[in-house]
Amino acid sequence: MRIHEHPVLTYEKGREVEFTCNGEIVVGYEGETIAAALHAAGIKVLKHSIQNHRPRGFYCAIGNCSSCLMEVDGVPNVRICVEPLKEGMIVKTQEGKGALE
Amino acid sequence: MKHIEILIVGGGPAGLCAAISAAQSGAKVMLVERHDHLGGQLIKQTHMFFGSEKQYAGTRGIDISTILTDEIANSENIEVLNNATVLAIYEDGVITLEQNHKYIKVKPERVIIATGASEKSLAFPNNDMPGIYGAGAVQTLMNIHGVKPGHNVLMVGAGNIGLIVSYQLMQAGVNVKAILDASPKIGGYLVHASKIRRMGIPILTRHTVLKADGKDSLEHATVVELDERWQPIPGSEKEFDVDVMCVSVGLSPLSELLFQAGCEMKMVREFGGYVPLRTEHLRTTNPQIYIAGDVGGIEEASSAMVEGHLAGLAAAKSIGYEHPEFERVYVDYNEQLEALRAGHAGDHIRAGMSKALIKEASC
Amino acid sequence: MLETTGIPSLEQVNSSFPSMERLMQGPVAIVECFQRIPCNPCATSCKRGAIVPFEDINDLPNIKHETCNGCSLCVFNCPGLAIMVIDYTYSETEVTFKIPYEFIPLPSEGDFVQGLDREGQYLCDVKVLKVQNTKAMDRTPVITLAVDKAYLKTFRNIKVVK
Repeated sequence: MRIHEHPVLTYEKGREVEFTCNGEIVVGYEGETIAAALHAAGIKVLKHSIQNHRPRGFYCAIGNCSSCLMEVDGVPNVRICVEPLKEGMIVKTQEGKGALE
Repeated sequence: MKHIEILIVGGGPAGLCAAISAAQSGAKVMLVERHDHLGGQLIKQTHMFFGSEKQYAGTRGIDISTILTDEIANSENIEVLNNATVLAIYEDGVITLEQNHKYIKVKPERVIIATGASEKSLAFPNNDMPGIYGAGAVQTLMNIHGVKPGHNVLMVGAGNIGLIVSYQLMQAGVNVKAILDASPKIGGYLVHASKIRRMGIPILTRHTVLKADGKDSLEHATVVELDERWQPIPGSEKEFDVDVMCVSVGLSPLSELLFQAGCEMKMVREFGGYVPLRTEHLRTTNPQIYIAGDVGGIEEASSAMVEGHLAGLAAAKSIGYEHPEFERVYVDYNEQLEALRAGHAGDHIRAGMSKALIKEASC
Repeated sequence: MLETTGIPSLEQVNSSFPSMERLMQGPVAIVECFQRIPCNPCATSCKRGAIVPFEDINDLPNIKHETCNGCSLCVFNCPGLAIMVIDYTYSETEVTFKIPYEFIPLPSEGDFVQGLDREGQYLCDVKVLKVQNTKAMDRTPVITLAVDKAYLKTFRNIKVVK
């Protein structure tokens, strides 16, 4: 799903890093958003809705809509569409509203 | 508590230009942006801008962003806070921010709200399914992160964003199956429509989405034709095998801070939602607060930039910093704005403005 | 039609075409811009004043075909990619079109590519004569194509299949 060549743009990528999503190893580029890395890896279902448990992906990709909230390194409700990817991040699907310990 | 002369909220086209003009007037400016970079939505606009040379017509949005952010970086009067979110505006004029998990309190003499807008959604069964995204979201994914949204796209909305993003999807090597619009006419510029149509992409006016289907994410969309009363015509259903649907049915102003600050707000359909009443100098009914760009009414980035300059000049002047050539530049920016809004494409903007404009108070 | 489909009508296409007399004199720009929108780079980029300077930024482009020499500056400066330059004098049987093309892969000189009409329908194969992608063009390359004169009023785009 990566764009390798573009007629107008050149993409500056960070270094390639590994992180996990629900225990699976995923490769992305440091500094891109977690949502971009997951989407590039074909992972579109990011959470389930609280009441009816319907699958949800991102919608706005700029931190407005809260459709992409996930648990990142133990912190719930992270807007992964604007959260930069770091090596070794532990990303998990969040069920429910999440709570800080 | 930090004292600030002018606080600008939002580092998109309007906020950047507001900062530049306020700083040129001599005011000290703090520019607050919630993302880790300035430029707002300019940084994903790969197309050449319309307008005149004064609004960088013919230059791609991505390059306009660089021009403006370079100017900001070279100004001694502007302090930029990235990754900083405004949390609240209090009655005594105190504003609180969060930056990198730190809580910051500031007291600005003037505030320019340039928070922009967010994409609207559309109601149909399964509209919450993964694979259904805002058109701007897909633009972010492709043009900033270099990731394709999928293989086959249905674009919903033939306004400028729908048309431009369809073209950019094709540039990224993604198929666009069709562009729909419930309206009987294409809303975006017809030159954009023609350049997509001549690539073989059908534009279906008077069509809307009946439903979306798929297991965990979008696989299929059903589209229906609408009659003159915008009602579905039975038997006119069309099926599309698509893994992506882009929803481009308009934007609504991100005006929460203005509500909180007690600015008098009004629902103005032509502007996309609730917007603040404002004077011709872009001052709201809260005399501390000015506005610029889409937060005051959905329009083009070109006019957002011009409004930014006007708000920056006016806010600076109101606290005693008059631009060395105030009269000339202020008149010039107003003329630019009037020209941008003069054509048929500006009809709804002029109509909206007649509802949102108030007389200058004596403050 | 244009407002509901994006396809200009034959009348609109005809209205933007120069006279046969002018076509016989060599390269000339054709501006397919039929809607008043705030946009003027065609006029400001024209060094000869052939696209008459606008009084109102929403003016429709007014091109004096007799003054235009087909230099093609407007082709890559038009944000709507609505302008092309044609040379009817290229040969007995063929006319050349210079069109903006912002896709990859770019064709190569000598290639045959698919010629498309204003609906994106296949018309005929057309020969690529020139591919220009200079710094001034700022990522809007201009492709020169030789097209059978039968398609003078219908040819509008290309599809490159590599």
